[in-house]
Amino acid sequence: MNGILNVTPAIPELFVFTMACVILVVDLYISKEQRAISYGLTLLTLGVGAMLSVLSFSAEPVFTFNNMFVDDALSDVVKVAICLITLVVFVYSRDYIEARGLFKGEYFVLGLFAVVGMMVMASANHLLVLYLGLELLSLSLYSLVAFQRDSNLATEAAMKYFVLGALASGMMLYGMSILYGLTGSLDIPAIRKAVGGMSPDDVVLIFGLVFVLVGLAFKLGVVPFHMWVPDVYHGAPTSTTLFIGTTPKIAGFAIVIRLLIGGLEDLHGTWQDMVIILAVLSIATGNLIAIAQTNLKRMLAYSAISHMGFMLLGVLAGTPTGYSAALFYILIYAVMSLGAFGMIILLSREGFEADELDDLKGLNQRNSWYALLMLLLMISMAGIPPAVGFFAKLAVIQAIVDVNLVWLAVIAVLFAVVGAFYYLRVIKLMYFDPPAEGVQTIQAASDLKVVIGVNAWAVLLVLPWIGPIQQLCLTAVASVMNGFVS
Amino acid sequence: MDAHLLSLVIWTPIVGAVLVLATGSDERAPIARKIALAFSIVTFLFSLSLYSGFDKTTAVMQFTERAPWISTFNIFYHLGIDGISLPFILLTTFLTIIVVIAGWQVIQEKVAQYMAAFLIMEGLMIGVFSALDAILFYVFWEGMLIPMFIIIGIWGGPNRIYATIKFFLFTLLGSLLMLVAFIYLYQQSRSFGIPDYYLLPLTINEQILLFIAFFAAFAVKVPMVPVHTWLPDAHVEAPTGGSVILAAIMLKMGGYGFLRFNLPILPDASHALAGFMIALSLIAIIYIALVALVQEDMKKLIAYSSIAHMGFVTLGIFVFNVQGIEGGIVQMISHGFISGALFLCVGVLYDRMHSREISSYGGVANTMPVFASFMMLFAMANAGLPGTSGFVGEFLVILGAFKVNAWYAVLAGLTLIFGAAYTLWMYKRVIYGAVANDAVKALSDVSAREVVFLTLLAATVLVMGLWPFPVLDIMHASVENLVEQAAASKL
Repeated sequence: MNGILNVTPAIPELFVFTMACVILVVDLYISKEQRAISYGLTLLTLGVGAMLSVLSFSAEPVFTFNNMFVDDALSDVVKVAICLITLVVFVYSRDYIEARGLFKGEYFVLGLFAVVGMMVMASANHLLVLYLGLELLSLSLYSLVAFQRDSNLATEAAMKYFVLGALASGMMLYGMSILYGLTGSLDIPAIRKAVGGMSPDDVVLIFGLVFVLVGLAFKLGVVPFHMWVPDVYHGAPTSTTLFIGTTPKIAGFAIVIRLLIGGLEDLHGTWQDMVIILAVLSIATGNLIAIAQTNLKRMLAYSAISHMGFMLLGVLAGTPTGYSAALFYILIYAVMSLGAFGMIILLSREGFEADELDDLKGLNQRNSWYALLMLLLMISMAGIPPAVGFFAKLAVIQAIVDVNLVWLAVIAVLFAVVGAFYYLRVIKLMYFDPPAEGVQTIQAASDLKVVIGVNAWAVLLVLPWIGPIQQLCLTAVASVMNGFVS
Repeated sequence: MDAHLLSLVIWTPIVGAVLVLATGSDERAPIARKIALAFSIVTFLFSLSLYSGFDKTTAVMQFTERAPWISTFNIFYHLGIDGISLPFILLTTFLTIIVVIAGWQVIQEKVAQYMAAFLIMEGLMIGVFSALDAILFYVFWEGMLIPMFIIIGIWGGPNRIYATIKFFLFTLLGSLLMLVAFIYLYQQSRSFGIPDYYLLPLTINEQILLFIAFFAAFAVKVPMVPVHTWLPDAHVEAPTGGSVILAAIMLKMGGYGFLRFNLPILPDASHALAGFMIALSLIAIIYIALVALVQEDMKKLIAYSSIAHMGFVTLGIFVFNVQGIEGGIVQMISHGFISGALFLCVGVLYDRMHSREISSYGGVANTMPVFASFMMLFAMANAGLPGTSGFVGEFLVILGAFKVNAWYAVLAGLTLIFGAAYTLWMYKRVIYGAVANDAVKALSDVSAREVVFLTLLAATVLVMGLWPFPVLDIMHASVENLVEQAAASKL
C-alpha cells in the first residue's frame, strides 16, 4: 500500500479540505440570514471528518505519497480529538460570534483550514509536510485572532502572535535545514536512521536539535518561549481563545512526537536535559504568575503554560509509558480547557465579556448549576481527585518516577500545590463571595447548555474508562514506534 | 448483597447527595432535609449489617471487593475492612446522622448544598477507611477536601475564607507527598495494592524517606505539632456540623493512616523514628493542653483540646504494643463522640447568643438546666472521667506507654490534670456563677431536636465508657496482627 497515489490514508484531510472550499463558495451565495447553513455544514464536516478518522483507524502504520504521509494510530487518535473538539468549539462560539458580528463564512473556513493543518501535522512523516501543516494552522490562527477588526486588543494580540510565531517558524525551519544538511534527507525515518549512525555529541547535530526544539517550545508556549501566550489568549475574541487553547495543543504534541521521538529519539539523552529545563520553568512560572492574574483568560493562559510543562514531563521520560502519559495528559487537558473557556463564553453576553475573575463572583447564588460545572473543571485542572485531571498528572508523574527522576516529581507536585491556590480562588469567588450589584441573569442557547454540561461532567463520568483510554494512548504511541521498525 | 455491602455503604450517601442536590433551591429545603436524613439513616443501617456480619476472630480483610479499574497502572477498585477500619466506619455513619439533625434548623441558606456536601463527605470518608488500593485510597482521601472546603467557605464564620484556604493547602501539600510515596512504592512493586506493600522489602533509607512522605500527609491531618496551626482556624470558622466532622472523623484519618501505612509497611523506620514521634506526641499532650488553658473562644479551646487528645493517639500508636494501639483506636473513636458532642454544645449556645467567647456567658445553668447537665457529662468525658469513654482510651494508652518507659506514662498522665483543668474551667465559667447578662437570662433550654442528638451521643459515651468490650473485641485480632507486622523487620 505504499503507492504514490494511494489517497485512502488521507481521506479525512481531503474531505475536510474539500468541504472547507465548498463552504467558502456556498457562503458567497447565501444571504446573511441563511448563514446558519455554513454553520451547519461546518459542524457536519467536522463530524464526518471525525468519523472518517475513526474508520481509517489502524494500529499498523500505512504510508503514502512517497512515505511523506503516514496514517497510524497516533494520527487517528489525534485527528478524532481535533475534529470533535473543534466541533464543540464552534457550538460554544455560535452565540458569542453572532452577538459580536463575527458570524461570517470566513470564520468557519479559517477554522476548517486550521483543522486541516492540524490533521496534516498529525500525519506528517516528512519535515516539509510537517512544516506545511504547521504553517496552515498558524496562518489561519493569526487571522482568527485578528478577526475582531475593531478591537485594539485583538489587533495587538494578532500582531504579536504573528511576529513571534513567524520567528518560531523560522527557527524551526533553520533547525530542519541543519538536519537536512547533516542527514541528506527530510524524510523523518531516514533522518532517524542517519542520526542513529552519528555521535550524539556532534555539535552541528545538537545545533539543529536546539533550533527544532526552540521552534516546538514556541508553538507549545512553554517558558521561556511563552511570552505570546497570555497576550494572545487575552486579546483574542474568547471564541478564538477557546480554539487556540485546545486543539493546537494536541497537534503540537503530535509534532513533538514526530520530531523528537520519531526523528531524534537517539538524541534522547541530549534533549532530555533541555526539556527538563523547559518543563520545570513552565510549571514554576506558569503556576506562580497565574496567581497574580485578575483576568480569567490570562489566568487560564498561565495555567496552560504550566499544563504544557506537565505534559513535557511525560515526553522527557523517554519511555513509551511516558509518551502515552503525555498524550493522555494533552487529551484530558484539551477537554478541560474547552470547558473552562466555554464557561467564559456562556457567562458573556452582548457587549459584555465575562473574562475578569470578579465576573465569577457569587455565581453559585446566581446559578448553582453553572457554578458546579465550573467547580468540576477547576478541581480537574488543579489535579485534585476524583476529577480526571488528577489521573492525567498521576500518569506523567509516574512516568518520570519510573526513570528515577524522583526530584523532578517532587518539584512538579510542590508546584501543583501552588497551582491549586488559584483554581481554589475561582471556587472561592463563585461560592463564597456575594454577586456584584446589578448583574443580569445568564442566558444561553439550549445546545450550549447541554454540551457544556456534558463537557464539565465528563471530568467525573470518564473515570471508569480511564484504563481503556490509556490503553488507546499506549497503542497510539506503539504504532509510531512500530513505524520505524518496519 | 454481602459481596457488595461495602460499596453500598460508600455509594448510598453519594447517590443521596445527588438526589438532595436535585431538589434545587431553598423553596424545597424541607424535602432536601428529609432525603438527607433518610439516606444517612439507611447508610447507618447498612453499616450495622457490616458489624453484624463481621468475623471478629480473624485479622484478614473482610467484605472484600476487587475489580480492575485502570489496568494500565494495575489500579483496582479494591475494598475491604478489618477490625481497625470497622469502628471508624460505624463512627462516620453514626455521626453523619447527628450532623444532619444538627443542621436541620440552623442552616437556612442553600440547604440542599449543605446536606449534599455532608453526604458526599460521608461516602468518601467511608471509602478512605475501606480502600485497599493506594490510588483509590488517595482519591477518597483528597476528594473529601472539596466538600469540606465549601462547607467552611459558605457556612463558616467571618474569617472563613482564610481558614478554608489554609486548611485546603496544608492538607493538599501533605497528601501530595504521600502520592509521591505511593508512586515510588508502585515502582518497586508494580502494584498499588496496600496489602502488597506489607510484604515489600525496603532498605532503611527508603523506609525513612517514605516515612517522612507519609508523615507529611498524616501528621497534617492528625494534626501533630508543628503542623497543627490550620486546625484552630478551621474549627473556629467552620459551621457546627463542619467542626463535628473535622474533629470527629477527619482527624482520625491521620491516626488511621499511621496504622494502615507507616507501621506495617515501614516497620524499621517506625521504630527508628519512634522517639521523634513520641516526643512530638508528648509536646502535643502537654504544651497544647497549656495553650488550651488560655483560650477565650470555646471552639478554639476544644480545637486545642483535640490536638492534645490526638497526641495521646499517636503516643499509643508509637509504643508498638497491643494496649497502646488499642488505646489509641479507642481514644480516636471516643474522642470522635466527645469532641463532636462538645462542638454541638457550643453550637447550641452559639445559635442562641451568636458568640463563642467564654466571657459572654456565665450562669447558663440557671436558664438551660437540661443543657447544662448534658454538657457536664461531655466535659467530664473530655477530662477522662472513669465511666466515660474518654477514660478507657487514655488508660490503655498510659498502660501501653508504661510498658515502654515509665516517664512517657508519667508525662502523658499529666494530661488527665490539664484536661480536667481547661475543660472544667471553661465549663465553670460558662455554665456556673451568676447570670452574666440579659442575653443569658433570655436563653431558652434545648429543643426536642437538640435533645435527640445530645441524648444519642451521651448514651454512646456512657456505654463505651462502662462496657468498652464490644469495641475492643472487634479490633483485637487485627491489632495483634498489626503489632506483629510492626515488630517484623523488613531489612
